[in-house]
Amino acid sequence: MGKTYQPIFRNKFLPYLLILPQLALAIAFFLWPAAVALYQSVTRTDPFGLKTSFVGLAHFKSLFLDSRYLKSLQLSFIYAIIITVTSIGLGLLFAIAANDKKVPAGRFFRTILIWPYALAPSIAAVLWLFLFQPSIGLITKWLKMLGVNWNYTINSSQALALVSLVAVWQRLPYNFIFLLAALQGVPVEVIEAARLDGASARRIFWAVVFPLISPVTFFLCVVNMGYAFFDTFGIVDALTKGGPAGATEFLCYKVYRDGFVNLRLSISAAQSVILIILGIILTIAQFRFGEKRVHYE
Amino acid sequence: MVKSRILHFWILAFGGLLVFFPVYVALMGSTQDSINIGRGQMNLIPGNKAASNYLQAWYFGSTVVGTPPVYVMMCNSLLVALGIALGKIIMALLTSYAVTFFRFPLQNFFFWLIFVTLMLPLEGRIIPTYKVMADFRLLNTYAGLIIPHWVSATGTLLFRQVLRSFPKELLDAARVDGASPIRCLTAIVLPNIKPNVVALFIILFLAGWNQYLWPLLMVTSPSKYTLTIGIVKMAASGEALVDWGVVMAATCIAMVVPLLVVIGLQRWLLMGLGAMSSR
Repeated sequence: MGKTYQPIFRNKFLPYLLILPQLALAIAFFLWPAAVALYQSVTRTDPFGLKTSFVGLAHFKSLFLDSRYLKSLQLSFIYAIIITVTSIGLGLLFAIAANDKKVPAGRFFRTILIWPYALAPSIAAVLWLFLFQPSIGLITKWLKMLGVNWNYTINSSQALALVSLVAVWQRLPYNFIFLLAALQGVPVEVIEAARLDGASARRIFWAVVFPLISPVTFFLCVVNMGYAFFDTFGIVDALTKGGPAGATEFLCYKVYRDGFVNLRLSISAAQSVILIILGIILTIAQFRFGEKRVHYE
Repeated sequence: MVKSRILHFWILAFGGLLVFFPVYVALMGSTQDSINIGRGQMNLIPGNKAASNYLQAWYFGSTVVGTPPVYVMMCNSLLVALGIALGKIIMALLTSYAVTFFRFPLQNFFFWLIFVTLMLPLEGRIIPTYKVMADFRLLNTYAGLIIPHWVSATGTLLFRQVLRSFPKELLDAARVDGASPIRCLTAIVLPNIKPNVVALFIILFLAGWNQYLWPLLMVTSPSKYTLTIGIVKMAASGEALVDWGVVMAATCIAMVVPLLVVIGLQRWLLMGLGAMSSR
């Protein structure tokens, strides 16, 4: 065996040719636009587009003095935490049940629980919209019978609850798949040994199993945060359009509204840069926890 | 032990119900008269409008708003998802092949540039990307829906890892026999890593099928709507006027492809997900 890094081919130009298409697309549609966003976030262009001057962090300063942006920032974090905790919690509950190999119809339930992973967030939103629509929704009707006046289009906390419900429902399968795989990776002998020592099922779970699956859980926390921050756009757009009164205007929706609807370009650019920073943090975290996971197993 | 098994069953049954219930109601909704649904008289048993709702959705779309027929959106979604997944696979394969089996100046830098795209969500470069698309005259085109997605940091990382553990003796032997690097890629590498390619393809296909923000930005003419944005537009138009029976028929049709993938290709799907997380 030669060294791992020994090249096989000695062509001079071919590798550039091979790498060029993806590199060109990455520059044109990712790196260049990101650089432009960064540039726009620290400059101001006059209304005629003739003069551009450097303004430093002025846009960021006005962003962080804007109570609507602060509210959106706070909402996004609350939303991300709700989704992450709930979907991991439920995913773990179902994974524990499905890890029982002799449970009746286990395979069937497993397939059903995986299924929403393949659905688009926006299609999931339409499914739940049909149930919770204020005038025709079936669950709306049931809630009315129970004396609950359900109208998420005017009630802020109901809007947040509905958007969270759809996200958790759509995200549950992903967590279920990973947690089930992690549980299946826990050595049977370890659990047997603990049982022989007289530990209760609950104690075995928290003292033996949970520490072993915690790397996967950390990994899922990071990935779910990323999902909540960036991939829930379709849910919000289909259900609430950020309303009522900004109650579901998360960062990824606000940057779109301010850029495309309200046409506040430099403010939108500053928001873009903050989202990129968030993207960087999440990617780094994902790789750290990803590595740990491999290391532990 | 038996007691906990019963508990496990009921937990799973609850989970199954949670997942299945909205799908079931959509299915029932798709068989009923929109007028009845609009009056709040939704039934949990099948109605008698299934044929007309599905035919209406498939051939004409929603009567109320200017959305295209479902078959058009379905073709768009298929074309876009296949185009994206195929393009990403090819790009990722070429790049990882270059950085694994060749040695050239700045290769780590170029690899890093592609890796960095992982940290740049669309929301973080939304306006300038739109500007680039307009400058290239790619708005409202299939090329615009597909080509900008042909960057896959995840795929490149995954294939690089796969290729690093690829038996080099195979390539050496072929090279000595006079095979060109491209021939080595297509005739030796590709057939041997087929499972990885298939697994990644499925993940990328679903991601392409399900994306929302990009087609929303790129497409203004209804004839190029994908299912994800078309159905939301059908469902969101002016409250009471929504043709719910038809919208639910369209939604049910839109769920068929993901359902087939999960049922038919579950093993590949799980393999792909596993590979993506432990790169």
